[in-house]
Amino acid sequence: MIDVWTWLTSGANWVGTDGIWHRLVQHLEYSASSLAIAALIAIPLGLWIGHTGRGRVVAVSLANGIRSIPSLGLLFIVLLILAPHIHSGDAFLIPSIVVLVVLAIPPILAGAYAGVEQVDPAARDAGRGMGLTAWQVLWRIEVPCALPLMFGGFRSAALQVVATATIAATVSVGGLGRFLIDGLAYRDYSMMAGGALLVGLLAISVDAVLAGVQRLVVSPGLRS
Amino acid sequence: MIGWFLDNAPRVWSLTLTHAWLSGVPLVIGLAIALPLGWMAHRLPRLRLTIIALAGALYTVPSLVLFILLPLILGTQILDPINVVVAMTLYTVALLVRTVSDGLAAVPDEVRLAAVAMGFGRWRRLVGVELPLAVPVISAGLRVAAVSNVSIVSVAALIGVVQLGSLLTEGFQLLYLPPILVGTIACILLALIFDLVIVVLTRLATPWLRRAA
Amino acid sequence: MIVFDRATVVYPDQTVAVDQLSLTVPAGQVTVFVGPSGCGKTTSLRMINKMIVPTSGRVLIDGVDVAKQDAASLRRGIGYVIQQAGLFPLRSVVDNVATVPLLLGVGRRRARADSMALLERVGLDPSLARRYPNQLSGGQQQRVGVARALAADPPILLMDEPFSAVDPIVRQQLQDDLLRLQADLGKTIVFVTHDIDEALRIGDQVAVMRTGGHLAQLASPADLLSDPADEFVAEFVGRDRGYRALGFVSGEVVTRPETTITLGSSGEAARRVAHGADWLLVLDADRRPVGWVRPDRLGAKVNASDLNRSGTLAHDGAPLRALLDAALSSPSGRGVVVDAAGALLGTVNAGDVVAVIERERSA
Repeated sequence: MIDVWTWLTSGANWVGTDGIWHRLVQHLEYSASSLAIAALIAIPLGLWIGHTGRGRVVAVSLANGIRSIPSLGLLFIVLLILAPHIHSGDAFLIPSIVVLVVLAIPPILAGAYAGVEQVDPAARDAGRGMGLTAWQVLWRIEVPCALPLMFGGFRSAALQVVATATIAATVSVGGLGRFLIDGLAYRDYSMMAGGALLVGLLAISVDAVLAGVQRLVVSPGLRS
Repeated sequence: MIGWFLDNAPRVWSLTLTHAWLSGVPLVIGLAIALPLGWMAHRLPRLRLTIIALAGALYTVPSLVLFILLPLILGTQILDPINVVVAMTLYTVALLVRTVSDGLAAVPDEVRLAAVAMGFGRWRRLVGVELPLAVPVISAGLRVAAVSNVSIVSVAALIGVVQLGSLLTEGFQLLYLPPILVGTIACILLALIFDLVIVVLTRLATPWLRRAA
Repeated sequence: MIVFDRATVVYPDQTVAVDQLSLTVPAGQVTVFVGPSGCGKTTSLRMINKMIVPTSGRVLIDGVDVAKQDAASLRRGIGYVIQQAGLFPLRSVVDNVATVPLLLGVGRRRARADSMALLERVGLDPSLARRYPNQLSGGQQQRVGVARALAADPPILLMDEPFSAVDPIVRQQLQDDLLRLQADLGKTIVFVTHDIDEALRIGDQVAVMRTGGHLAQLASPADLLSDPADEFVAEFVGRDRGYRALGFVSGEVVTRPETTITLGSSGEAARRVAHGADWLLVLDADRRPVGWVRPDRLGAKVNASDLNRSGTLAHDGAPLRALLDAALSSPSGRGVVVDAAGALLGTVNAGDVVAVIERERSA
């Protein structure tokens, strides 16, 4: 326990390319870019499914299918298949990002379509009846009303990504996971536990920040 | 891949059993803990927020982190499978507490009132009326927990706890796809079997939901 | 003026929702579509703002075919109120009301100010304006719904079962307030309901529709009661038609003077003025009737606890139904008639009212 504390408070462990700061920034970079790509794919798709009701069955079964694949297995499979075809220095990073994106899509997608689906049909009907165009109904009523569930989906995607980005350290990409994996390799338990502590704190802070943003963005009228 | 599987079938089988044990036992213990906790959260609204918040926070902690930090708290060895069982139990409880309380809350008021009016005591009402009616919701939560448990347990291979995940790490170290594929497929099948068992048990427990033939 | 010209709606599964509907909705009046579920009344309403496009036939507003107009701009000029109110949960009450004015490009400040005034007009406390819809009761939500529909001052108002989801007492208040508002505004209102009493109460004309989207009868409420077109309409309008029809007939009934006593007077005084009559009418200090007493059973004073309050009051000029009911419900058999301020004018007995009914009929 004391060793863990010593490791965490030693200034030397915080600086440099394998220092905590750099690893933290890497971890955030991987997570943020995967989430951004996943959101770009899943949100429009989810809104479309929720709005039209089409493709719901496909989306649900796909999401459930992906959920039952162990993320570690997915990571290794994608890596072994993709890495030989990538000839830059990112041969490990790109497959890892791909896996993170794949894992982040189902919860974001589910949040988006479930959010739009549960919008009060009367509000939608009233909006149409008052002369809002289909586009205005989507952006001014459906999306704002769907925000609580969309945030829910995005937050679980974020947790999933932060956690899996840690595991991705196994395939020699950076991020805080390095401390866990390297600590294990060097039998340095204080480094391992210190790193684990940092990842745990990161996950909780990311969720707290997103919860804060949610409070700011979601209309108070939608809180029960 | 099939050749590799045939050569290693006995080992894959024993790893699958370990995996089933590591992910299944926490499911049962977790449910046993979540039922009273969820009931408390349902009965006491003030406690509800605290319990749900704690469960949510617990669920945010990545599995690998929990596997590594639990020995610090429990005083166990890092390779001890107990760490995995405890971690998976914690996740199961975190997920199910909310489900149980939601399921109890979803029992229609008129049914609850009818039970009160017929003189059911609090305990008999819970066991005889409310819990059975909450079974479908709880079962849905249990299915999610089962699938995610099977997936998460494989991560424990990274710290050396032997189960199906070990096939994944071995394959990766050798840069050899067959064991990875076999391990992954075995995990998916195991998750499917858990899911199926829960579905069948739920159907048996809720005969009133079956359509008349 | 809205004209349905052989408007027909056939759904893709070949069910006919509305069959060759032809009728005219006069400007400035309330037309009610009423009928059992599946009679096509809502579908008919939704053809007016192009939420549903007729399979064949036309719907014209002021001579222009709805089908030829841009849906969004058409709808912005037509108020729309629905059963579940359909308020936008994310917007405050005042912003809900300001929706269409904002769409039409009215400045935010002015739209809000107008909305506040409208809220008051539909009978909502302005302090509710900052609340969100889920913080209001069902009746309040419906009032916001009405205010929102009126916000851009549209000449036409479509109301689809607007009061069906609220309890009977609130429903009656909402109906009264709508009639009061309509007396001021003179909108062209199309109102859909499954409740024949609501239809008879609200409508200047009532279109009774039957399953399969057929118009069974279009008539004023009085005509509907006195001359139902067929068995279905007679059945649908229901029992007590003769009595309910009196609700739409007024007649000159001459009131008789009534001996009265003021609440709080001595029992002795009451017995003296009653001259042995069984029942004596009691007034308050402002000459408003409060109930009847039996003089022979009074104690030292005429107390509130002595009052029999079973009699209903009829206002001067009220329909014959109110006068007859006042007479029938009164313990003395004499129905109490009051002026606009609620002060006693006199009494009528059932025979007086029936005589007027007979006279009206032979006239």
